[in-house]
Amino acid sequence: MQESRKPEPTAAEPWKDPAAVPYIRIQDVTKKFGDFIAVNRVSLNVYKQELFCLLGGSGCGKSTLLRMLAGFEEPTAGSIFIDGQDMAGIPPYRRPVNMMFQSYALFPHMTVQDNVAFGLKQDHKPKREILDRVAAMLDLVKLAPFAKRKPHQLSGGQRQRVALARSLVKEPKLLLLDEPLGALDRKLRESTQFELMNIQDKLGVTFIVVTHDQEEAMTLATRIGVMNLGQIVQVGTPKEIYEFPISRFVADFIGTVNMFEGRIVDEDNDYVRIASEEAGCTIFINHGVAAPPNAQLCVAVRPEKISITREAPANTAENCAQGIIDGIAYMGDLSVFNVKLDSGKLVKVTQPNLIRHAEDEITWDQRVWVHWDPASGVVLTT
Amino acid sequence: MSRGVHPSLWAWLVAGFAFLYVPIGSLILFSFNKSKLVTVWGGFSTRWYESLMRNEQILGAAWLSVKIAATSASLAVVLGTLVAVTLARFGPFRGRALLSGLATAPLVMPEVITGLSLLLLFVAMEQAFGWPAGRGTLTIIIAHTTFALAYVAVVVQSRLTGMDPSIEEAAMDLGARPAKVFFVITLPIILPALVSGFLLAFTLSLDDLVIASFVSGPGSTTLPMVIYSKVRLGLSPEINALASLLVLVVALGVAAAGVLMKRAERTRERDQRMALEQ
Amino acid sequence: MSRQGYLPLGDQLAVSAEPLVRRLAGITPVRLLLNLLGRIATGRGPVIAVPYFWLILFFMVPFLIVLKISFADQLIAQPPYSSLLEWTGERYLTLKLNVANYLFLGQDPLYWKAYLRSVEIAFFSALICLVIGYPMAYAMARADRSLRGLLLMLVVLPFWTSFLLRVYAWIGLLNNTGVINNVLLALGLIDRPIVMMRTNFAVYIGIVYSYLPFMILPLYATLEKMDLTLLEAAEDLGCRPFKAFLTITLPLSLPGIIAGFSLVFIPALGEFVIPDLLGGTETLMIGKVLWDEFFSNRAWPIASAVAIAMLSLVLLIMVFQHWLQRRAAEPA
Repeated sequence: MQESRKPEPTAAEPWKDPAAVPYIRIQDVTKKFGDFIAVNRVSLNVYKQELFCLLGGSGCGKSTLLRMLAGFEEPTAGSIFIDGQDMAGIPPYRRPVNMMFQSYALFPHMTVQDNVAFGLKQDHKPKREILDRVAAMLDLVKLAPFAKRKPHQLSGGQRQRVALARSLVKEPKLLLLDEPLGALDRKLRESTQFELMNIQDKLGVTFIVVTHDQEEAMTLATRIGVMNLGQIVQVGTPKEIYEFPISRFVADFIGTVNMFEGRIVDEDNDYVRIASEEAGCTIFINHGVAAPPNAQLCVAVRPEKISITREAPANTAENCAQGIIDGIAYMGDLSVFNVKLDSGKLVKVTQPNLIRHAEDEITWDQRVWVHWDPASGVVLTT
Repeated sequence: MSRGVHPSLWAWLVAGFAFLYVPIGSLILFSFNKSKLVTVWGGFSTRWYESLMRNEQILGAAWLSVKIAATSASLAVVLGTLVAVTLARFGPFRGRALLSGLATAPLVMPEVITGLSLLLLFVAMEQAFGWPAGRGTLTIIIAHTTFALAYVAVVVQSRLTGMDPSIEEAAMDLGARPAKVFFVITLPIILPALVSGFLLAFTLSLDDLVIASFVSGPGSTTLPMVIYSKVRLGLSPEINALASLLVLVVALGVAAAGVLMKRAERTRERDQRMALEQ
Repeated sequence: MSRQGYLPLGDQLAVSAEPLVRRLAGITPVRLLLNLLGRIATGRGPVIAVPYFWLILFFMVPFLIVLKISFADQLIAQPPYSSLLEWTGERYLTLKLNVANYLFLGQDPLYWKAYLRSVEIAFFSALICLVIGYPMAYAMARADRSLRGLLLMLVVLPFWTSFLLRVYAWIGLLNNTGVINNVLLALGLIDRPIVMMRTNFAVYIGIVYSYLPFMILPLYATLEKMDLTLLEAAEDLGCRPFKAFLTITLPLSLPGIIAGFSLVFIPALGEFVIPDLLGGTETLMIGKVLWDEFFSNRAWPIASAVAIAMLSLVLLIMVFQHWLQRRAAEPA
């Protein structure tokens, strides 16, 4: 699920460099529709050539934020800077920003070529230049043979590429993509994801992508901003978001997770022990936690980081519990086991199916041990 | 998917269409009657068409009606489209509810009231400003524009609300100013609605007796007014001939529209197949 | 009919109102208009202002004038009504409201009978249209997809031909020497012509004939988009087809029924041409009364009062229809 992006040698992780100047600065932006707060005091920096994903469920405010960047909505409060320029009061047709719409919004009465040329014509570019740039762009998205077609004569994937070409041909400082792959079927989506990343690499344009699909965000993004109830709850690389979620919401929203409620019983700078009735054991984590002793908190463990065995592991004192197999879902590449712990808690464990036909498979109603590494648990206080 | 329909329902449907078309059929049939008695068959003849073609009064009124219909339909399309754009695109503003009410009220207003109130307005305006001086073609055009623009506004507004709003946003995003977006993007997309709005307004104007009777003056007698005065005096085979010609024109127009639509649909289907084959 | 005589009731209200003129500027439409004219400077100002101005001038102001004249006195003059506002003394503007026209409407049985008859005829015409139109719309909506377009075209086609000529066609059919009587006589079914012209029957025929398409179209629209798997689900759960129609199809087509009913009822209420050409002396419909008052009697104030009363009726019906439609839209 997390095919991470190839690290870029040039602008690797500018967000870690305190001297780096953000390309897009969103400062304390709030948007209200009547009494409804769609976006609530969001601040965010995006750097040049990033592919930033805004990830969240429907109604979380991600699309409103995108529309404010494009200029279709004015923030109720706060400001937006693009390449150092304050965007307040600047209408969409004067912003150095282009958008690819979820519905693609192709002009139905124009050919592919005219659709792509539209933006350049608005800038009154010379005819020759328009023709050349449109042709180059159509080559890039592999649509040159379809230049004379109208949108309804194209398949869904081709329309998506026209929309992309149309929004890229003006070489915007920032490209906004609203659910760019949402309307495509699964197979096409996977191949298009990589195409999109290649094009972004080639042109060096900064992308902000809105999506509700975490897999899409994981694959595409340099960084992800997870949104909930109008706020950005966590910003980080896909790996950070997945491995080190900072809240129960993020841990639960991204991927699958087992959560154990517990209480700190022993802690130091480099470890913490948590007693959990739900887990039915003491959980040991090999790093320190900024939480007061005795605090109630929660430990999140990903299903693929839990092992499942019929024999007791070497250390049964910590990070280890017993239970009964309550259900198995065979997914092809891996299997998901539902284990009912003695405490009554249901735990999900995934195991890769490494062998085509195992002799002695773990099966229904068997009594098993589940256990995990001290580095696998994540402590969540909020 | 098609569900079986009881044969008695089909019989009812056929009877219903017979009810709708027998009067029109008899109208046409007796237009070819040799006898002056409209309801007694006296042999085939086209004499009433010939006398219709020589009837200066009817021809003059018909030409006036067409001119009035064309002018008021054009005005109604412009004003109705402005209303539709305002209501569908400008979001909430003060006075929006009043505009929406004013634009839809003519649809349900009894014609006698519209006619009476407009006449009283014209009389009061003439008293106050001396314009419009007397009643005639101009006042009929104003009256027809006013009630037809409501129909245009409804047709265009429903087309606008059915249109994906991000198409216009995309044009703006690519650098087109709002006025340009309207003329280059919105207008071509809603053009079919403008055409049907125009045809609707044209037909309504051509067909109107009541409002025109109120606001017309001497020398501006429209076709329905001539027909009405003739019909009040009794049946006239010339009117049958006129009605038959009108039915012929409408039927040809509708058939042509049907053929065009069928062809467009077939092209669209072929295009979609082509898109899927790649 | 005398409508000159003043009634014993105090039907003249005299209001001295100096600030009236100043207050005129405060009336909502006037203020709105000024407000809008002020906006012309901005880009979308003219887009709003032009049709707004047109509709206020040619639709709303006329009603205010009708309202005004309905309170005026009948005069033998050009125009034949009195002015409501008169300057008395130097600074007093007198507003005279003559409510005699309205009292007259209530007292002369001609008017309220015409009202009741109009409502009755419009209601039963709409009902007959529903009874004839529902099965037609149902059969059309369930017909083969390729046939539906043609059927729909057949329903719409009469609308594009002249309304007046379609009413005229019925004169030829319904006359004593008309086609129907001739056919029946020739077949020996009757031995003297049935009197149909200039009766209420002819008016019903005319209205139902003219407005049937307005009933069929909304019914067809709702029935055609109905999800047919609902009926399959009902039958799958053991419901017989006719019961499924009563419990599923009929309630779901209620919005279409309401729309079709009001599309027939409202214009039929104010109908003039049909009662004038097909109806007799017994068919007093309000649209025809207004026409006669205006054209035959030149009684502009009375005609205005009739119009205002008619308008109130239409408004009442519209409000009722909206209420029904809202209820039908959200069951439970």
